[in-house]
Order: sequence, then structure tokens, then C-alpha cells
Amino acid sequence: MDFTTMPMEEFQTALLQIDRVKAAEIFESCYLQNKSFEALEYLTMGALEKIGTDWEDGQLSLSQVYMSGVICEELIEQYMPNFNVTSNKEPRIGIAVLQDHHALGKRIVCSVLRAGGYDVLDFGQGLSAEEIAEKTMEKKVDILLISTLMLASALQVKKVVEILHEKNMPVKIIVGGAPFRLDSSLWQKVNADADGKNGTEVSKMIEKLARGGQS
Amino acid sequence: MMNSMERAMTAISHKEPDRVPVFHMLSCYGAKELGISIKEYFSKPEHVVEAQLRMRKKYSNDCIYTFFYAPIEIEAFGGEVVFKEDGPPNSGEPFIKTIEQIKAIEIPKINESQQLKRVLAATELLKKAVGDEIPIIGVVMSPFSLPVMQMGFEKYLELLYFKKDEFAELMKINEAFCVSWANAQLQAGATAICYFDPLASPAMIERKKYLETGHKVANHTISQIQGPTATHLASGISSAVLEDIIATGSAVLGFSAKDPIEEVKEKATKQICLLGNLNGIDMANWDREKTRKEVRQLIQKAAPGGGFILSDNHGEIPWQVSEDVLMEIAEAVKEYGTYPIQTE
Repeated sequence: MDFTTMPMEEFQTALLQIDRVKAAEIFESCYLQNKSFEALEYLTMGALEKIGTDWEDGQLSLSQVYMSGVICEELIEQYMPNFNVTSNKEPRIGIAVLQDHHALGKRIVCSVLRAGGYDVLDFGQGLSAEEIAEKTMEKKVDILLISTLMLASALQVKKVVEILHEKNMPVKIIVGGAPFRLDSSLWQKVNADADGKNGTEVSKMIEKLARGGQS
Repeated sequence: MMNSMERAMTAISHKEPDRVPVFHMLSCYGAKELGISIKEYFSKPEHVVEAQLRMRKKYSNDCIYTFFYAPIEIEAFGGEVVFKEDGPPNSGEPFIKTIEQIKAIEIPKINESQQLKRVLAATELLKKAVGDEIPIIGVVMSPFSLPVMQMGFEKYLELLYFKKDEFAELMKINEAFCVSWANAQLQAGATAICYFDPLASPAMIERKKYLETGHKVANHTISQIQGPTATHLASGISSAVLEDIIATGSAVLGFSAKDPIEEVKEKATKQICLLGNLNGIDMANWDREKTRKEVRQLIQKAAPGGGFILSDNHGEIPWQVSEDVLMEIAEAVKEYGTYPIQTE
């Protein structure tokens, strides 16, 4: 199916203007035209990817990235029942904010992943390294996403990794947040498996890890 | 040789002082200096006074920084603060759970908050100790950025984009608090107020929305603060809103390690003094050689003509940065930052 004619730019503009009504109209027209879940996924993930990249380049604000993710998540959730599609239960993905109570980054990543059809277990925020490790083991998570705001919290990721390795948990850990943006090698220092710079990048990493690391 | 006050004021007046002023924004780092826990450190104003005076000498610092921690204002509103062993205290669960709660919020009275009173006591004691030799920098959170800690970022964005009246109501409360808190610090002896406004950065809120909201709040608030102000974006990029921040009347701008220095310097020349922009997070990895290189490059780009104070880009030196790096910064500034600046 050819999705290249979809009104991607128009949809992005509606998202960036935080125009829920316009975004829903475009979504509905794409739905009526294609009647396929893949088409709607292509539209949302394509728009969110461009928005994520433009934020990386300093052209957009975090609030626009966040609101776009939330609108896409709402639309996908609304249309999913029409296709009899369920979200992907595999790999099992967990997400948490380590120590801090600032959950915006977590919510952005959750929204993008859910818009992409993934099921995400939200462990919450303000959690200690031990609590995150415990929840990861309890829920038998395959991929753990950890968001942080402060450097001291980011350094605690190392402790999460240590606990999980001691228990021989084969979990992959992707980190994100301000300290990792300001020190590009910090994710390696805390022994994480990857640094997720934005929601769509995390989504691609998960896809790759789910295929056993094969591109 | 100029004293720290003369040096800083000359730089702020867009002239060249004897050398580049250094503002090490040392907050919880003082606990390290005294060898006590961060929680204990902030429990007594005398601790802060002793550490600030010691660190001024040790790191050739050109400012005294009376900033305790960002969520101290949240404590004044009755919210929770979480202390850590190796980093700045953070705000706990947001105390505004629903947007409907906003109308019931009372403006905290400065003299009824034990925590704020400690800051004022430290400021008074420091003023007595240093007089007019060195600037004392007090801190407020901008009314526009404070709600991130008051209600959480997600809920705040909902307020900002979809609840105009309730947003205005919260801004009114926060503005009144911010102005009284800033003026109380000035009265206690602060030379200037650092107005932390990370949400003014276009990396956080798009400029159009900022101009409709946070910029108006800044104009209104800063005009009521009875002393000079510096606007700090706490690592947020500033280039696209630099002229807007100049228009608020702030004399200094704390800019980001991610900002293009040449572009920012050009826009700021004779308009606003730049404060920054060493990457504090990355600083934890630096050795002496790297430190000298970073300081030299920054000075060569940002210092010529004055209008520049060297500092970190976040407004707080992380706990994890070594003392050797801070001392090396001071040495490198003396070597490369003596005017006239050698740009080759």
C-alpha cells in the first residue's frame, strides 16, 4: 500500500499547533481512505519522528513534542478497536522515573510507544533504584526504560543495572533525560545498553532489540 | 586590581574589567566543603555563611551565592522536598493535584516560612561579612516556571494551553510571592536577584506561546523587583529569545552550553551581560587539560569587550565535579581571562 500521499505535513502542523480537532479530522480522513491500521501508524509515527528530530535540532519545544505525543496516543487508542488490533505485548516494556518526580519525559516516550502499538508498563516516578529493579523482576520485563532529570539520579542507573545483573535478569536498559543529553557518554558510564534521545528513537531501539539486536 | 564587585559591575556595564569575573554557582557543594550532609548543611544559615566565605577564597569566586535549593519555594507553599546525599534537593509529589485547587492557594508569607527565613539570615550574615566587596546573588524561581514543581509538568501544560483563566490565577499568586521573596532578599543584603526561568527557553516552550504568557509574566514581575536581575534559563537554549529577555529589563542572561556562543555574543553585545556557559554535567569528567581548553575557548569567544561573566550553564555546580576542576577554572581564568583578551 502506498502511504506516501498521506497528508503528513498537514498532520504535523495540526499537532504542532496543538489543534486536536484538526488533527482528528486528518486522522479520520486517512482512516476512511485507507481503512488500515498500518496507514494510521505510518501517519502518527512519521509525524512524531519528524517532530522528535526537529526538537533535537532545536527547532521545536518540549511542550510541542509532549502535546503531539499525547494527541497521537489518544487518536490511536480511539481507532484501535475498529481494526481488531491489540497492542504488542512482546517484548515486555517497563518504564520508570528514577528518584525524580518529573514525569514529562516518561509520558512522552509512553505516548510515542503506545501510538506505535506497544504495551508499556508504567512503574511511576520518584522510585529508588531498588524499587525499579524489584518491579522489573516482578513483571519480568525485557526492556526497561529509565528517565532521569538530575545528574545524581542518572548516576543511580548503575545501581539498577548492578541489582538486575546480580539476579541474572536478561533485561536491556535504555536511559533518557537531561543529564544524558549534556554528557553524551554518561549512558555508558552507568552501564546502560543505550541512550534514547527521543520517543521515536526509543521505539526503533525496541524494535531492534526485539529482533535480537539485528537491524 | 579590582575587587569582585568592581570586576562584576564593570563586566555588566559592557566594559572590560581587569579580568573575566568568575561566578561559581556553589549551592549544595558547600556541604562538601564542610563535610556534612546536604540536609544538615541547609538546616542552619551559619553553615551556608561559613562555606560561602571559604569557597570564595578557595576558588577565587567573584560572587556569593545564597541559593539554597530550587524547591525551597515549594516548601513555603506547603509542598514536599526530597533530600539526596549527592545532589540538590528535589521537589516531591506536586502539591497541586487538580486545577480546581488553584483558587484556594494562599500566597505564602515570607516571615512565616522557616526555610525562607534561613536564606534571609544567611544573606544578612554574609552581607555583614563581605560588605560591598563582592556581589551577593539571591535567587527566585520565575512565576512562569515554578508550576512545574507545584503541579508537575504534564498538568501544567494542560493549564498553559487549555485553561487560560486558571493559568492567569496561578500567575497572579506566583507573581505576588516572587516579588515579595525577591525584595525580601534584596532588603537582607542581596546585590542582585537571579530569576530562574527555564521555561522561557524555546527548547521547553515555543517562543510564540512564551511571548503570550511567560514573557508578559517576566515583564510584570521583574519591573516590581527593587534591584537588578539576571535571567537564567538553567541549561536551556536562549538565542531565539535573547532579545525578548533583554526587553524584560534583566541585566544578565545565563545561557546554555548548547547555545552558539558567537551568535549569542553578537546579539548580546552592549545589550545584556552573558553568564555561562560551561557544561556543568560534562565538567564532572574533566581533567586539568580539558578544563583549561574549555575555559580558554569560552573566554576567547565571549569575553572580548566585556559583558561576560564566566560560570557554569545550569546555575549550580554539580556535587560530582571535583574541587581540582574548580581550582583549575580559577587558574585558567587568571591566565586567559586577563584583559585585553588574547584571541590567538
